[in-house]
Amino acid sequence: MNERNWMSIAAPVAVGLIFLALWHALVVISAVPSYIVPGPLLVLDTLLQDWESLYDSLLITLQVTGSALGLAVLLGSLLSILFVQSRLLESALLPYAVILQVTPLVAIAPLIIIWVNEPYDALVICATVACIFPVIANTTVGLRSVDAGLLDLFRLYGASRTQILLRLRVPSAAPYFFAGLRVATALALIGAVVAEFVAGTGGTRSGLAYQILQSGLQLKIPRLFAALFLITATGVVLFLLVSWLSRLVLRRWHESELTQLR
Amino acid sequence: MTASHRDTAVIDILGARKTYPNGTRALDPVDLVVREGEFVTIVGPSGCGKSTLLRLIAGVSPATGGDISLAEGFAAPKLAYVFQSPTLMPWASVQANVRLPLDLAGIARAQADAATRDALERVGLPDFAQAFPRELSGGMQMRASIARALVTGPRLLLMDEPFGALDEITRHRLDREFSELSAREHLTVLFVTHSIYEAVFLSSRVLVMTSRPGRIYGEIAIDRPHPRTDAFRGTTEFAAYSARLSDMLASAMPEMAR
Repeated sequence: MNERNWMSIAAPVAVGLIFLALWHALVVISAVPSYIVPGPLLVLDTLLQDWESLYDSLLITLQVTGSALGLAVLLGSLLSILFVQSRLLESALLPYAVILQVTPLVAIAPLIIIWVNEPYDALVICATVACIFPVIANTTVGLRSVDAGLLDLFRLYGASRTQILLRLRVPSAAPYFFAGLRVATALALIGAVVAEFVAGTGGTRSGLAYQILQSGLQLKIPRLFAALFLITATGVVLFLLVSWLSRLVLRRWHESELTQLR
Repeated sequence: MTASHRDTAVIDILGARKTYPNGTRALDPVDLVVREGEFVTIVGPSGCGKSTLLRLIAGVSPATGGDISLAEGFAAPKLAYVFQSPTLMPWASVQANVRLPLDLAGIARAQADAATRDALERVGLPDFAQAFPRELSGGMQMRASIARALVTGPRLLLMDEPFGALDEITRHRLDREFSELSAREHLTVLFVTHSIYEAVFLSSRVLVMTSRPGRIYGEIAIDRPHPRTDAFRGTTEFAAYSARLSDMLASAMPEMAR
């Protein structure tokens, strides 16, 4: 590992450690009660103590986020492909996708939660609504961003619509799709959490948002912090996972993921 | 070359026109005959409709009027097109890029791979099958692009300023190699360039085209055996042909100003 790489890891870690040390010092010096601001050690302790119930909630939140992301990728990509095949369909449907995107999730979530019987399904639908737009928008642009010369070439050799889609449009769209997926990943997690807040429950099994809500009501602030930490950590891990996937697919050919230094 | 070969018109164009929907006249009625085994080059300034003419012949863009016919056995996939830029798929290896026309036609993988290896060998790239386009130099990318054109075993090549973006040294080498290749494989070539020297070096016939709207102004036959070698560039003949072509281009200029 060269010096630059080492620095890019060491610097943020150092900032984090300094932050934790300051936090700890301030809590100890000012003697704030732990039900207002718990120190980092207490949060860690609570995380370990309550790990079983928090872990269950983490799995639920992950499930909701993952399902929503999967649905968004599936539906979003299919819609993009339809849009690219037909301008009419795009101009007919895209405004509604925009309307769905600009309407705040907290405003629609109560309706979805009333209409859908199973709370878990309602959460997945809310999170999907929250994250599908970047997938549609980016994939559509990507599917259209095809090199004109390559398109001529495919036509010259009598390529079918399906061949043009699979061999030319889909690979051309990959960098755009992954950029959209990164945004969608963060939005899916936010959607899952916000929806559970609105629902006030994750049904029979509850997610991390419910843990935060309950901990707040019961003034179990260290537990609230622990749940908050888990949500943040989940977001970071998901983001890294998508970045890794993107690099895996694009690293040999696309400028955005080239590892060699210039 | 036999007389009967000379008589076979591979490309026969009568009054081909192209007007874009926005009213731009890209090509005024053009008549052109290219016979089997000929190496015909079209020279003209940028935007004179040279590329348009090639696209009409290839059938990737429809003509607004006139008649364009290709002799039997010279339509795609026996017709190949080489673009101004290498036009390779950046996400695919050189091998997959070169194999593309065969894949699109549904040729069996083993047979397609054999043809691909053969095509890469003919352009001098046998060791780069697994490389990705961006790992190659501009000249090597262009060779890969030519290999892709050759992979279907074409009899007619349409080339749109294929070496225009390369440095002079690479361009001279590719010109020489391509002259050998097209002579060896008895290809009929319609080549577009705006380099006078490239046109004289490669062609059996050079056509001068005027711009906006494009039409053919005149032609010069380059009466030298193929393939051409670098020695040809140093001859007085070469200089004389170049001067004649240059004069013809200059006298075509007033027409362009109109």
